Amino acid sequence: MTGRQTMAEATVTVRGLAKTFILHLQGGIRLPVLQGVDLDVQAGECVALNGPSGVGKSTLLRCLYGNYRADAGHITLRDEGIVVDMATAEPRHILAVRRRSLGYVSQFLRVVPRVPAIDVVAEPLRALGVSEEAARERARALLQRLHIPERLWALPPATFSGGEQQRINIARGFAHSFPIMLLDEPTAALDADNQGAVIDLIRDARERGTAMVGIFHDPAVRQALATRLFDMKPP
Amino acid sequence: MIEAAPLLSVSGLGHDYDGIIACRHIAFDLWPGEVLGVVGESGSGKTTLLNALSARLIPTTGTVRYRTREQGMVEVYRLSEAERRMLMRTDWGFVHQNPREGLRMSVSAGANVGERLMAVGARHYGEIRAEAVRWLEQVEMDTGRIDDSPRTFSGGMLQRLQIARNLVTKPRLVFMDEPTGGLDVSVQARLLDLLRGLVGDLGLSAIIVTHDLAVARMLSHRLLVMWRGEVVETGLTDQVLDDPQHPYSQLLVSSVLTP
Amino acid sequence: MTDESDTAGENGYNFAYLDEQTKRMIRRAILKAVAVPGYQVPFGSREMPLPYGWGTGGIQVTAALIGPDDVLKVIDQGADDTTNAVSIRRFFERTAAIATTTRTVEATIIQTRHRIPETPLAPGQILVYQVPQPEPLRRLVASEVETRTMHALEEYGVMHVRLYEDIARHGRIATAYDYPVKVNGRYVMAPSPIPKFDNPKMDRNPALQLFGAGREKRIYAVPPHTSVKSLDFDDHPFEIERWNESCALCGATETFLDEVLTDDAGGRLFVCSDSDYCHERRVVEDD
Repeated sequence: MTGRQTMAEATVTVRGLAKTFILHLQGGIRLPVLQGVDLDVQAGECVALNGPSGVGKSTLLRCLYGNYRADAGHITLRDEGIVVDMATAEPRHILAVRRRSLGYVSQFLRVVPRVPAIDVVAEPLRALGVSEEAARERARALLQRLHIPERLWALPPATFSGGEQQRINIARGFAHSFPIMLLDEPTAALDADNQGAVIDLIRDARERGTAMVGIFHDPAVRQALATRLFDMKPP
Repeated sequence: MIEAAPLLSVSGLGHDYDGIIACRHIAFDLWPGEVLGVVGESGSGKTTLLNALSARLIPTTGTVRYRTREQGMVEVYRLSEAERRMLMRTDWGFVHQNPREGLRMSVSAGANVGERLMAVGARHYGEIRAEAVRWLEQVEMDTGRIDDSPRTFSGGMLQRLQIARNLVTKPRLVFMDEPTGGLDVSVQARLLDLLRGLVGDLGLSAIIVTHDLAVARMLSHRLLVMWRGEVVETGLTDQVLDDPQHPYSQLLVSSVLTP
Repeated sequence: MTDESDTAGENGYNFAYLDEQTKRMIRRAILKAVAVPGYQVPFGSREMPLPYGWGTGGIQVTAALIGPDDVLKVIDQGADDTTNAVSIRRFFERTAAIATTTRTVEATIIQTRHRIPETPLAPGQILVYQVPQPEPLRRLVASEVETRTMHALEEYGVMHVRLYEDIARHGRIATAYDYPVKVNGRYVMAPSPIPKFDNPKMDRNPALQLFGAGREKRIYAVPPHTSVKSLDFDDHPFEIERWNESCALCGATETFLDEVLTDDAGGRLFVCSDSDYCHERRVVEDD
């Protein structure tokens, strides 16, 4: 973190980010989680958030995605060449950034029931206006690469095993080549074989220049993916 | 892709019934293609708000401005009654919780879908019918039932029919009052899929009143949380549901298991 | 009291039964109806000495118009000799002591239930229709407030919903009576339960056409030479009934025919529904 120059070049720039939860239903308890967080992420970097449980890794990731509201500070990134501050942007701008520039793979698949796996994966591309055929083609390639048996493609993922669901989730997250990806334990429920396939997929994206921020508890996965650790301490 | 001007712009909107305040100080903009969820418990004023927005009830105070295709931004309650009613049956739609309120139960499914076309001057039976078939397909209904009376339809089918009836004039703004409210859970899920698909494919703007946070999460981009007639919190849907700020929002979110 | 009241019959009725105050009220309603063709004007319908459904609306309109020099014809389903026609004719004979006729050409006022005479009407004649339901939108819209608004704003799409329904069910517009029309390009109007065969006769008719609904308390009008267009679809245009048969009595081929059973063995024949027209034709033939 070396001042202005880096800030202009970085793909994601976080400055002075603060987040406190106020639990009104518990008598207004204040839980400060983040304070004065500064972070820069460059294209092709995979920054692993590091620190003990409860230090706010997930909270930071969710703030970056605009899922949690920042109390103070700025989260700037580029969306089609225009700088957006996720800490203050209008909801519709945040949605546009998420559609085009900012991907997120959570621990759990959360999708509309009844939609077949292949369409769950293709949907982010469809939302960008990619034709159904091209989107499905891309989805098929990803499902194949992540070892999802072809007989499952036409079925809704609700009944799939945890590992299968997680790979569907990853395929969906990587269907569009987002310039920025946020990864929250993307390999937690996977066996060694499938873990390898996922790591390959993520590494390819990183080498193409995707800027990544992730939480990886498994040291081997972290070792394989992270280019740098970002140490976090309780405020 | 982000539009520069809102489709609907609401300011200082309020309504009271003989001095009893139902809603007040409502202000927001709705953007083209945006789906706004209005959540809150019953009695929070959300249905009154929906009616006051959709010209079904003339609000006591405030303005509702809408960007029409021809005249640009107009004040809805300054339009003549004729213009307002025309707007309501062409560029707007209204989906009632109880489909029987939005349908003409005494005529066939096809006539229900075709009515809005006839209201704007369609006078070719064959073309009206072809449009009705197309819209029954869009809402995933068996087109073989086009001549059947809605009285023979299930709740889920009635709701689909009501949606088709509204969409046939290609409205840009659709108001929905608990659109999945009276339905079985399995039927609800399918209808939600359908609504989500239609809203996305047609680029509709919508304002959806619901007490069901799962419905709000699945359909809406942005939420208004209403409490005692006022908006206490507004923001991106997942932000409001995952990181609610106002005490009432926190209570609302905590009262359901998985919103 | 006007001088008309002096002619009240020996049994003490006012001329044509209604008091002069009521007649003036009804005439005002008629004038308004004539001024706004097809628009339903509310009026203070009176209790009449016969039940609703027997033509109380038409009788009040006739009573408000008729003078000592008028010649009245009354038809029911085209016939002068049916119970309803006979009793209304007798009603005016007794209460107004006016002349009556069965001949269309002689009449100055023709009160009718369910038909328009086949003989073309002439300028100066008045046709008074008995109307059970004046509101053409009523079958689909129950609320009076809403139907009034729809008329005011010319929102008539729902009328085509009715016709759509007909075609969807029967493959054609099956509505045969009380077929909705648009008057003077503005108001949609119920022509009373005349057969649609008669609808074209309303269009630009030189006679004044008045409609009275007693129970529903409405009067409306089609002034002479006013356009009356039957609603339809481009691909299902309005059509009138045609018969393969001709009238068994007078041989007419262009009239509205009634089917009459002649015996218990299924024998049947078709005759003109307009008894006067049929009779006139036969008289001419006999000459």
